[in-house]
Amino acid sequence: MRNRRPNPRSWSTRIVTALLGLLVAFAVHGEAAAEDRFIVVASTTSTANSGLFDHILPLFENKTGIQVRVVAVGTGQALRVARNGDADVLLVHHRPSEEAFVAEGFGVARHDVMYNDFVIVGPAADPAAVRGLTDAAAALARIAGAAAPFASRGDDSGTHKAERALWAAAGVDPGAASGSWYRETGSGMGATLNTAAAMDAYALTDRGTWLSFGNRGQLVVLVEGDRRLANPYGVILVDRARHPHVKAEDGQAFIDWLTGREGQAAIASFTIGGQRLFFPSAKSVGGS
Amino acid sequence: MTDAVNGASILPLDLAGVSFAAGGRRLIKDVTCTFEAGPRTAVIGPNGAGKSLLLRLCHGLIAPAAGRVVWRGARGRDPAPFQAMVFQRPVMLRRSVTANVDAALALRGVPRPERRARTAEVLERTGLARFAHQPARVLSFGEQQKLALARAWALRPQVLFLDEPTASLDPAATHAVEEIIDAIRGAGTRILMTTHDLGQARRMADEIVFLHRGRMLEKAPAADFFAGPRNDLAQAFVRGELLWWRKRPSRDPATEP
Amino acid sequence: MTDFGDAFTTALSLVVTLDPDLAEIVGLSLRVSLGAVAVATVIGLPAGAALALFRFPGRHGAVILLNALMGLPPVVVGLIVYLLLSRAGPLGVLGLLFTPTAMVIAQVLLVAPIVAALTRQVIEDLWAEYEEQLKSLGAGPGRALGMLLWDGRFSLLTAVLAGFGRASAEVGAVMIVGGNIDHVTRVMTTAIALEVSKGDLALALGLGLILIVLSVSVNGAAFLLKEAAERSQTGGPRQVPRGEDPALP
Repeated sequence: MRNRRPNPRSWSTRIVTALLGLLVAFAVHGEAAAEDRFIVVASTTSTANSGLFDHILPLFENKTGIQVRVVAVGTGQALRVARNGDADVLLVHHRPSEEAFVAEGFGVARHDVMYNDFVIVGPAADPAAVRGLTDAAAALARIAGAAAPFASRGDDSGTHKAERALWAAAGVDPGAASGSWYRETGSGMGATLNTAAAMDAYALTDRGTWLSFGNRGQLVVLVEGDRRLANPYGVILVDRARHPHVKAEDGQAFIDWLTGREGQAAIASFTIGGQRLFFPSAKSVGGS
Repeated sequence: MTDAVNGASILPLDLAGVSFAAGGRRLIKDVTCTFEAGPRTAVIGPNGAGKSLLLRLCHGLIAPAAGRVVWRGARGRDPAPFQAMVFQRPVMLRRSVTANVDAALALRGVPRPERRARTAEVLERTGLARFAHQPARVLSFGEQQKLALARAWALRPQVLFLDEPTASLDPAATHAVEEIIDAIRGAGTRILMTTHDLGQARRMADEIVFLHRGRMLEKAPAADFFAGPRNDLAQAFVRGELLWWRKRPSRDPATEP
Repeated sequence: MTDFGDAFTTALSLVVTLDPDLAEIVGLSLRVSLGAVAVATVIGLPAGAALALFRFPGRHGAVILLNALMGLPPVVVGLIVYLLLSRAGPLGVLGLLFTPTAMVIAQVLLVAPIVAALTRQVIEDLWAEYEEQLKSLGAGPGRALGMLLWDGRFSLLTAVLAGFGRASAEVGAVMIVGGNIDHVTRVMTTAIALEVSKGDLALALGLGLILIVLSVSVNGAAFLLKEAAERSQTGGPRQVPRGEDPALP
């Protein structure tokens, strides 16, 4: 127990020093390994969560060597990120906001990219009896009339904005019922669908997220096909005049590719379970 | 061990009207005396008399509320590096026995080769050499106290303050510690210690300071003191009476809060 | 619930097949968290020790503030760092937003108060024991601080591990300042959050299991290192004088 030992301080000190050194080397190495040529795209959870980017971005990156870093947040936050100059390209789905973004001088121009549509999902038991309706506003009015639970994004996202427009068309102010049958989750599409599945609530979702969503519970698609449920996506290059550090060339290259033949074909070829999620809509298809 | 004296002695030590207060209570009251070079001094008195505080005031760990502590021999030099103190509860750094001594020497600015030599020497002299690479904190209490003494010894102080150096030690460990103190003194270090053990005071001291409730009631050569203290409280203390049970005479207004 | 079973299967297959994406995410998680803890330690240890040693006006307020900062909401820290690093913010020119460096910065803000507050406690207790001895030996404040940090190193390791726990578990701050960009700023916690939002609960839980295993491994390694070093240096975590009773009369 009391046998004499060689001075033990040296080895433990050495171990600690070595570990610290290793750490620093690890961190520095990682930083240096990050690619130099990249653009930041502020986009929405609906495009990222559906797997679309995983499908199309490698094609672009392989062709141009430009890495595309996608920050996927709600449309409202994506607009703010781009407005602050923290992204080079904006890819969202709320046309009025996009046009305002360009009009205010933050963006160069808006280009159509693709569209999908929104659907109203709800419990298979359908307590508000909306199944099969093609008038989304009428469906929402019934849900309100039945005071059936409805899960809303409540996060100022593109989907949330579309939802609010539909409530207005239905002549219902769901905010008055917030907390009772109208539940605002204040979070992304996936989290809201998780909530709806857990509460057997109705919800408005984009079809892309819905098709790739794994935790549906009792939820099924009940309402679709209304023209007002169309969900167009636009892409905008952040204006270098406003934010001089914006990588305009690489960003424009991405937009050109996305709205060009290859990008549009890549979007069209993305399917889940045999179903297409997004439909190319660029006006320049075939033209560039 | 070579002589402890580094240059001229900082002694004698003068205390002039020294008082100390804490929490609104005066704990050391108007102590005036001189400690000359040479004799071993034991400060005795019942618990709470202020023995430890008096040592700390002399050593400069606490500052007096009134009065002055003057090292008359220092003559402009900083007296602190010529002193060392061993506390009632030995403070063991969380290091090896060797490193405990070495750290103290390093703090005093002793160069490394000499630190090594001095450390080896004091550990040998205190019988701790076989524990040199053991962690200090697993030593027995007696060994820890020896290490605290070795650490102080290595500093070669002119003055060594010892606060109850053998409190809670068994007779064998007490004997060993007293032998080390004797050896340190033999190397030329002035010993100033507190003890509540009258036997130890008889064995170890040439001079007795009797402290009671913060007042220095008597300071006399040990032989005279034990032959018959002049102060009546000191007489009672030497007889082994429990002073702290006695009703206070009202003629001591200073003890009233 | 079949999710639990699926989670174990998923986690196991990810680990067994050495999934490259998983390896990348795990590597980045460790790099960000350990990097943040390293920086926070360099800041927090001296700061906490100084707060323990020095008496100055407003010290009590500083201690209370520091203890309160231990509970900073990660989302708030993330937001503050986001606003600072945003191109529109004061540090925007650095171009650090949505990089691992930004994540490290946010986590340093979360972890440093924890390390500093726990250090202050450890060093204050140690100082209470050492103060008179070190003053008697003539140690100035700087030397005393160094000695206290060295002698308290085993207890301080716990403070650092607490910081690592916080860093590796939080998602709010790294999500905001990192952006959860695939192959760039995606770490374990943001990947889990993403899989939850995709509704792939089994994969999310599987990743969670791996994160737990990682965290246990780091803590276990630190514990073993501490035990080994402590046995050889101080003989044990507690002061246990052999033989006699150390109690004072």
